[in-house]
Amino acid sequence: MSARVVVTGLEFAYPDGRVALRGVDLTIEAGERVAVLGPNGAGKTTLALHLNGIHEPSSGAVTIGEMPVKHENLAEIRRRVGLVFQDSNDQLFMPNVGEDVAFGPANLGISGVELEQRVTRALQAVGGGDLISRPSHHLSGGERRRAALATVLAMEPDVLVFDEPSSDLDGAGRRELVATLAPLEMTQLIITHDLPLALELCPRSVIMRQGQVVADGATRELLMDADLLAENRLELPFGFRLGTSPER
Amino acid sequence: MGAGHSHALYVHEHSPIHRLAPEAKIVAALGIVASIAVTPRQAVWGFGLYAILVAGLVTLSRLSPGFVALRLVAIAPFVFFALFIPFIAGGETTEVGGVSLSVDGLWGMWNVLAKATLGASVSIVLTATTEIPDIIRGMGVLRVPALFISIATFMVRYLELIVDELGRMRVAMSSRGYDPRWMSQARPVASAAGALFVRSYERGERIHAAMLSRGFNGAMPTFNHQRADAREWAAVFVVIACAALISALALLAA
Repeated sequence: MSARVVVTGLEFAYPDGRVALRGVDLTIEAGERVAVLGPNGAGKTTLALHLNGIHEPSSGAVTIGEMPVKHENLAEIRRRVGLVFQDSNDQLFMPNVGEDVAFGPANLGISGVELEQRVTRALQAVGGGDLISRPSHHLSGGERRRAALATVLAMEPDVLVFDEPSSDLDGAGRRELVATLAPLEMTQLIITHDLPLALELCPRSVIMRQGQVVADGATRELLMDADLLAENRLELPFGFRLGTSPER
Repeated sequence: MGAGHSHALYVHEHSPIHRLAPEAKIVAALGIVASIAVTPRQAVWGFGLYAILVAGLVTLSRLSPGFVALRLVAIAPFVFFALFIPFIAGGETTEVGGVSLSVDGLWGMWNVLAKATLGASVSIVLTATTEIPDIIRGMGVLRVPALFISIATFMVRYLELIVDELGRMRVAMSSRGYDPRWMSQARPVASAAGALFVRSYERGERIHAAMLSRGFNGAMPTFNHQRADAREWAAVFVVIACAALISALALLAA
């Protein structure tokens, strides 16, 4: 399952008065995979926290499928939208991976054999069937990342939102991440500074700056626009060249 | 990282005691310790019987006596204090090697030594045969308030991360030539503690957001783990009955 995400006129200020979002408009079609790029402090994470109602907007609205993100819908919204946080240690808070993966579905009222099946399926989807009884604090970076993804997949979401999914991964871990995300058919929003990752996974990207969407288009075209990248403090890795046609 | 390792107390083995459900072990440990605590100090034979009971549990757990003795070092401060009682306490005195000691004080010392050693040995057997998350789960089964269980679970989960963070801060401080020797140099330690508190607090907020994102509604879900069965409770009952019998006889004799 996948769902359409519609964000209209979203504005948000933190309690200390700092304005993080200044009217974000963004529509993501069901099943689409979109990268959110932009400098630090652009409001990318704040936007993510609006998609499942952790933050309440000062004005504007978010709709997931046909359902508006509103207080009375939060339980269902949080089932539909899975957030994978930047630091996996924040996401894995139970004594072991199995209980962590079971946490979400158990909150949905699922128990017994069905709960076990959900946990097994979610861990298999990330290639981590052997992690089930491991304590979370003894996992490697890549294993922790996969376990964190499994905790969200177990809720069978329609939309997946990733905050810097490749930030703490080594080369091989990053490769495994791409291999795990590519076949998932949910709508995906990937917040990242890793421009090659955006290019590899997302046909479309948006660039945010100072709480607004300042560019929206095909990832390849955005990344070839040197001026646009420079304006938004984005840089391709040294030696990285983009041709007009896909390399593969 | 020995200090922050939440499983540092656990000894991996496959013994009947390791297999026993955690809630049963907690009840047994509490029962034995309570019996030891109420036993009058004059009942020296009673403590001998407890020692046999505890030695039996250690053997059944496949723990080495040397290991238990080493762990008992934890009670050294209490023992150290107890050694002074015969010199400080008043009342009737007796000569031991030319030194005048209080009889009541000697009994007091014995009381502390015997009860602390036996009680600590019982908890050593419990923690060496049960992983900390299982002990917490066992307490949950025994209806310890859910709030306490959640706090303990999070503490076990994040203690190691906080200790690691503290370690990194210390490395960062030493890397810039900080080598505290005097009280006047304590300021950076205090500000590091403050920074650690703020970071932990912020992590707490992020964890809460992660919990809400997965449908947390104020109550931690409980998972169906294997509970203690009738056979296990029967074994616990026998052990507690032995301990209670010893204390009852000692109380009657006193």
